[in-house]
Amino acid sequence: MKSIFFHLMPYRDLPADFETRYESIWVTPPNTELCDPKQVAQYYQWNLDELELADRLGFDGVGVNEHHQNGYGFMASPNIMAAALARRTPNNSAIMVLGNTLALYQPATRVAEEFAMIDVLSNGRLAAGFPVGTSMDVNFCYGVPPTQTRPRFREAEDLIIQAWTRPGPFSFNGRYNQLRYVNPWPQPLQKPHPPVWLAGGGSVETWELAGKKDYTYSYLSFFGAKFGKKLMDGFWNKMDEMGVDRNPFRAGFAQQICVSETDERAEKEYLEHCSYFFKKCLHIPPYFFEAPGYRTRKSTEFAIKTNQPGDIAAAAALEKDWKTLNEQGFIIGGSPATVADRLIEAAKTLRVGNLHALLQIGSMPHELTKKNITLFAEEVLPRIRHIWDDEGWTHRWWPEGAADRAATAAPAGAKA
Amino acid sequence: MTTTATSEVSERIVEVGKIRARVLVAGTGDPVLFLHGAGGLFWDPFLDALAAGHTVYAVEHPGGGDSDALTHLPGIWELVLFYDELLDVLGLDTVQVVGHSFGGMVAAELASNSPRRVTRLVLVAPIGFWRDDTPIPDIAGIPPDSLPGLVLADPTSPLAAMLTPPADDPQALFEAAMRMASILHFIWPIPDKGLERRIHRVSAPTLLIWGAQDKLVDPVYAEEFRSRLRDSRLEIIDGAGHLPQLEAPDAVRAHVLGFLS
Repeated sequence: MKSIFFHLMPYRDLPADFETRYESIWVTPPNTELCDPKQVAQYYQWNLDELELADRLGFDGVGVNEHHQNGYGFMASPNIMAAALARRTPNNSAIMVLGNTLALYQPATRVAEEFAMIDVLSNGRLAAGFPVGTSMDVNFCYGVPPTQTRPRFREAEDLIIQAWTRPGPFSFNGRYNQLRYVNPWPQPLQKPHPPVWLAGGGSVETWELAGKKDYTYSYLSFFGAKFGKKLMDGFWNKMDEMGVDRNPFRAGFAQQICVSETDERAEKEYLEHCSYFFKKCLHIPPYFFEAPGYRTRKSTEFAIKTNQPGDIAAAAALEKDWKTLNEQGFIIGGSPATVADRLIEAAKTLRVGNLHALLQIGSMPHELTKKNITLFAEEVLPRIRHIWDDEGWTHRWWPEGAADRAATAAPAGAKA
Repeated sequence: MTTTATSEVSERIVEVGKIRARVLVAGTGDPVLFLHGAGGLFWDPFLDALAAGHTVYAVEHPGGGDSDALTHLPGIWELVLFYDELLDVLGLDTVQVVGHSFGGMVAAELASNSPRRVTRLVLVAPIGFWRDDTPIPDIAGIPPDSLPGLVLADPTSPLAAMLTPPADDPQALFEAAMRMASILHFIWPIPDKGLERRIHRVSAPTLLIWGAQDKLVDPVYAEEFRSRLRDSRLEIIDGAGHLPQLEAPDAVRAHVLGFLS
């Protein structure tokens, strides 16, 4: 399994009464009141230091993503962070930008250009994430009509792939992008183009696209494998239906992870930061989650059938103590052995070959984050790296220029 | 919703290009086209009152049901052409138009696009303009329980129940969301899509009806219409919010019936 250190870049010092005083962490948290640029200058340094540390310690990839007007992730342009990382990751980790919210860019060739720049700058280490984007980002922050979210995404995906693969200049006559001359300089280094990583929260259309175009799919949620099981079963059933193989490297999942010397110590060190995350960073009113029209009829019918609204409400209502967070799988925390065992179980349950490891959580300070990253890299990662080896699949979606550590690391005795 | 229909209402499915339109028809007399707001199409006592002396054609806004109508209607212009074509299909050369809220905006757009076709225009709390000093609340971005306070003069009125489907019925919530989506499609994120540049073309005498306590679309917006229309009259209805035709039915009925031919 590939391990990517995925950084959300949260505001680490929200006021103690944030969740009772403000409407939402996303869209409307008042910026001049809550977001101090001087503080952010420090965060950005820490964030990049943490990502660079992960590269040095042998993570397979470093991951960044895009959100807007969001107190738990103010990386409005992940490409800026990816560019910084491209220059300062000497151990050649994959640069996973998961991703650029395609529907927001007009023309979408902007994404084709910036991703090509990152790919070239990093010598072919880019994994190009194409998320549909959340309703908060796309509809509420960027003003895209909810019913246009998916059509814009699909058109942009088509345009970007053409821009990367067709000799330019050519014309593109889309509904949202009309271009007489498509001819980006440069095209990406990776051929035919950087691997495309879709990301989402369980839309049937996204699974179909993954199967049809042979893209990877990462299920991104903060609620762990137990909650994600129904969704990933849905994904694999769709792959079966489409005649697509069950290569686990087609799929990824995000997991919040807290590693310490012992299980007890993990709780002591990390609980307050996990609570901060679940109480403050997920303080989002339901009406921002899904503007009417954001989700299609088909995906909504699937959501209702699998009781997603009920599950989300139940997850939100749970006590966020250490025991519950761990039992529910929202957090995988403990000693390296505990964490490795539970990650293996989660990965096997979901049948995923890519782990987006969330190792900086909420208010977690820089020093503790470095400890978490270090313990994970040194003691967990070697135990989970080879869990799919016995099935013999090839990871066809790993960036060509990135180091393939699975091939070089000694598997002997590495399994948990 | 309170639907005490006394009129004989028939439902017609009308093919308009690639779109199948659902139209409720009742009454006899001069034709009146009714365009509903974001709540959806329901036959209500106000339509009954209209049908007492007119042939009412109440059209369901396309795209709310199980159809791909919105893919054929990417913007407000296609929507206006859809209504223009619908009138052709219904065989109505000229028509009086009554529109509520979003339906009022569409009615004003239709009368701007086809001024010779619309003989009289009634706009009940229409949207279509934007004022920075009195922003219209984001109906998709407020808690459902705040809705009655914005929409109704008396938030405790029985009308409050029809504003939001039961929270424990995901299918009903979804159907309501799809109806809302088909309207947001044309007005997101701000319900100002250029009516200001076109409304001077309206030639129909226009009656504006506004609830004095409308907190969704503040009565100050009446001035945006009044100042641009050639021939308009404003009636402010006391004790009513954004649904004056249901909150103060007698007053609204008297004004509207007195105005229509």
